[in-house]
Amino acid sequence: MPIESVNDFVVRFANVNGSGSASANELFARSVMRMGVPVSPRNIFPSNIQGLPTWYEVRVTEAGHLGARGGVDLMVAMNPQTFDKDVASIEKGGYLFYDSTKPLPPARFRDDITVIGVPLTAICNREYIDPRQRQLFKNIIYVGALAALLEMDIGVIEKLIAEQFRTKDTLIEPNVHALHLGRDYVTMNLEHPIGLRMKKSNAIGDRILIEGNSAVALGAVYGGATVCAWYPITPSSSVAEAFQRHCSRYRSDGNKKNRFAIIQAEDELASIGMVIGAGWNGSRAFTATSGPGISLMQEFLGLAYFAEIPAVIVDVQRAGPSTGMPTRTQQCDLLSCAYASHGDTKHVLLFPEDPAEAFEMTAQAFDLADRLQTPIFVMTDLDIGMNHRLCRPLKWDDTRTFDRGKIMTAAALEAGRDFGRYLDVDNDGIPYRTLPGTHPTKGAFFTRGTSRDRYAKYTEEGGPYADNMQRLLRKFDTAKGLVPRPVRLDAGKPTKYGAIYYGSTSPAMDEAIHLIASRGMPLDMLRVRGFPFHQDVNDFIADHDFVFVVEQNRDSQLRTLVTTECNVDPMRLVPILHFDGTPITARFIANAIGDHLDALKVTPLRKAMS
Amino acid sequence: MTYIVKPKFHHPALPKNSLGYTHRDYEGSVSTLCAGCGHDSISAAIIEACFELALEPHRVAKMSGIGCSSKTPTYFLGQSHGFNSVHGRMPSVLTGANLANRDLIYLGVSGDGDSASIGLGQFAHAIRRGVNMVYIVENNGVYGLTKGQFSATADRGSKAKRGAVNNDSSIDLVAMAMQLGATFVARSFSGDKEQLVPIIKAAIEHKGAAFIDVLSPCVAFNNHLGSTKSFDFVRMHNEAVNRLDFITGRTPITVDYEPGTVEIVEQHDGSKIALRKLNAEYNIHDKLAAMNFLLHHAAEGQIVTGLLYVDSDPDDLHQHLATVETPLNALGEKELCPGSATLEKFNASLR
Repeated sequence: MPIESVNDFVVRFANVNGSGSASANELFARSVMRMGVPVSPRNIFPSNIQGLPTWYEVRVTEAGHLGARGGVDLMVAMNPQTFDKDVASIEKGGYLFYDSTKPLPPARFRDDITVIGVPLTAICNREYIDPRQRQLFKNIIYVGALAALLEMDIGVIEKLIAEQFRTKDTLIEPNVHALHLGRDYVTMNLEHPIGLRMKKSNAIGDRILIEGNSAVALGAVYGGATVCAWYPITPSSSVAEAFQRHCSRYRSDGNKKNRFAIIQAEDELASIGMVIGAGWNGSRAFTATSGPGISLMQEFLGLAYFAEIPAVIVDVQRAGPSTGMPTRTQQCDLLSCAYASHGDTKHVLLFPEDPAEAFEMTAQAFDLADRLQTPIFVMTDLDIGMNHRLCRPLKWDDTRTFDRGKIMTAAALEAGRDFGRYLDVDNDGIPYRTLPGTHPTKGAFFTRGTSRDRYAKYTEEGGPYADNMQRLLRKFDTAKGLVPRPVRLDAGKPTKYGAIYYGSTSPAMDEAIHLIASRGMPLDMLRVRGFPFHQDVNDFIADHDFVFVVEQNRDSQLRTLVTTECNVDPMRLVPILHFDGTPITARFIANAIGDHLDALKVTPLRKAMS
Repeated sequence: MTYIVKPKFHHPALPKNSLGYTHRDYEGSVSTLCAGCGHDSISAAIIEACFELALEPHRVAKMSGIGCSSKTPTYFLGQSHGFNSVHGRMPSVLTGANLANRDLIYLGVSGDGDSASIGLGQFAHAIRRGVNMVYIVENNGVYGLTKGQFSATADRGSKAKRGAVNNDSSIDLVAMAMQLGATFVARSFSGDKEQLVPIIKAAIEHKGAAFIDVLSPCVAFNNHLGSTKSFDFVRMHNEAVNRLDFITGRTPITVDYEPGTVEIVEQHDGSKIALRKLNAEYNIHDKLAAMNFLLHHAAEGQIVTGLLYVDSDPDDLHQHLATVETPLNALGEKELCPGSATLEKFNASLR
């Protein structure tokens, strides 16, 4: 039986990289949103500019489930290279849309799906002479065809096209024409609509569709970042590029002078070096990178920790190790960031769940960096960073001021305040600092990565070294109360089981919890948003017999952090791990947790062991 | 060595500069380097240059990497902020600091290990970006702090103290700096204060990437027969192309040199360099000829010193980036945060 579903299905576009499909696919996704129906698009793309297969998945979800669902209801198979695999991946009862210009033998199809052929190439060849136009308009033609097949509002798409080409209005008419070509072919030749249909709804509210990397970059603008130093690396490059774009718009002084400085450095070592130099000198500075960049920055991160320099590092995580799968998502840098560098180090990490939170946390990271005088890591990933995500609108409180932390001013020095760069005057582990150039005769100090006493005088004595290392621990303890608190959501009825998760796992987890609940298994949830861990994490674990720790890496990195930092018996933390490079799905989580719960119910571990 | 504190008293008749500061106000703590180290002479030259220019010490930021040379910023300008960073990475830290506050003077001190080996990349890129700085390499051809290994500036064929011969070709940082676009390039010798002090002064006033390679013999590991970085060798093979006097824009020119041997070079900020030309054929504005001259003399075993190239109208990184005149670290919420109304418009464009 063909699948019948209104406003709840998954369309996957299989394309060839570099064929101009990306903007057509995005047009399709935005059209869904404009019809008032929540949408969650995802890129599944190769590390390549032209020629390799690329997929774009659009989850149409009236219920607002924004995580990846898994499975495909309608495959738009535009890539001959992956055709057979694409056909095989369609759900039973699903639909295949393909270019029927060249007849294919029946063996290439399946009996249990509905096959829809539109002779896209033939239409293009008839309509256009220029090969480039044939290629580009083919994409718009299939969007037109899909509109008719899915009963989408063509007016909405026309309006989007008009908005897209606002500044190049000669392009509007030809695009709308191509759109109509596709629609008209379907209405005149094919049965339509199919079982998957769109209906106008009102489920978007005031939400926006934005990429995480753009949101992070805007967070840096709002957070007062003036220096950005970076080195190109997927999937983080578009953070710096977006920062450039936002700054050109919002940070010009009106006389074509810039209130920002962006340097594309020679490597990641130089990027973090510049950030540290700028932070030392009182500018808010950041870099954006991914796992391999973090590896390269290790020595500098140790210096920044020990010399207590504010810095913000955005880590858009991707599958590793080594160059791993540079275009696939993972949450695999937690440990390498939390303990980055040589010697005893611990760093502050933030885990945003979506672009809106990435915006807030990036802005907040600059306050934290200045307050704590240390590197702050904003841990996003490819799934958040390079996909458009539907999320609440970005908000800013105009009364908010930058927290520049403890900076000793010339006036304070003049008034005779005792200045020791590493002196813990407030018992929170955070000393005062002076900025270079503050006072002609007071407050200058020498910053070094080697040990020194509370007044920044060089010393190799054990006592002052240990004293300083203990103070850094006190400072880290202070950070617990400053980083975003975890968000706890209880099942509403008593349960012995809980689940901890973070970052881009959020939407899949939100959906999974319903699936698990429907199996009659209540589960309390805790979304961790920062490291060091708040006391809430200890409490949550104490409140449950077993806690699932859901993450997107092989080695259960958050679980390791929790075990080590919260002194928890690892037996009580059950890892739920997804790490094949695709975004984690609700189905995966529900099945994995469900299976464990079934097993736990048969022989509760504590009883079995006693 | 760490605990030796310099006495604060000094002779009442010590000369004062126009700020009323004495030499002592430009000194740092007592050096912990070996007695006779060339680096200490360079520190003394920096102190002298800053004193003569009457710089406010706190307007200078001293940046360094790791190594003997990188330790020296502790030994001069005690009233300045300093940053002893990571091995070979001073250039990036200095670049960042410079971006944050364009109003300070950035003095980068490095060594041949720090700049020609581990930090060759950062050296090159800071120079090619035109960071407004004085970049001094205290060049002794050897790793002092780790006890005598060859560095990348050691000449091919030169002998280490224990007899090992260097078979690798050497890196000439001066030639590289010129090729990479430094707008002020000089080489000097730690033992030649007369030449070095005016060069440092001119470099400080230069508004662009100024690079100074200072040969600085290592008395512990590289001052023996067979070393091409020893006091004797450098003195014997030094080919000085010019001697200079440096005159700030504030002082009227009263130099009285024989015509034909003196060239007055005016820098962008109005300061002037009076060059006593020792080699008539040398033109400090002709980069191509300078490169040629350098290579030619290097082939003959001569070390060319003096001001080798200067662009009288340089530009710098801040000009390239079109940053505002106000230092970026002095901008606040009003200048930096676009506010909620703008954000609402941004949201609207994403619906």
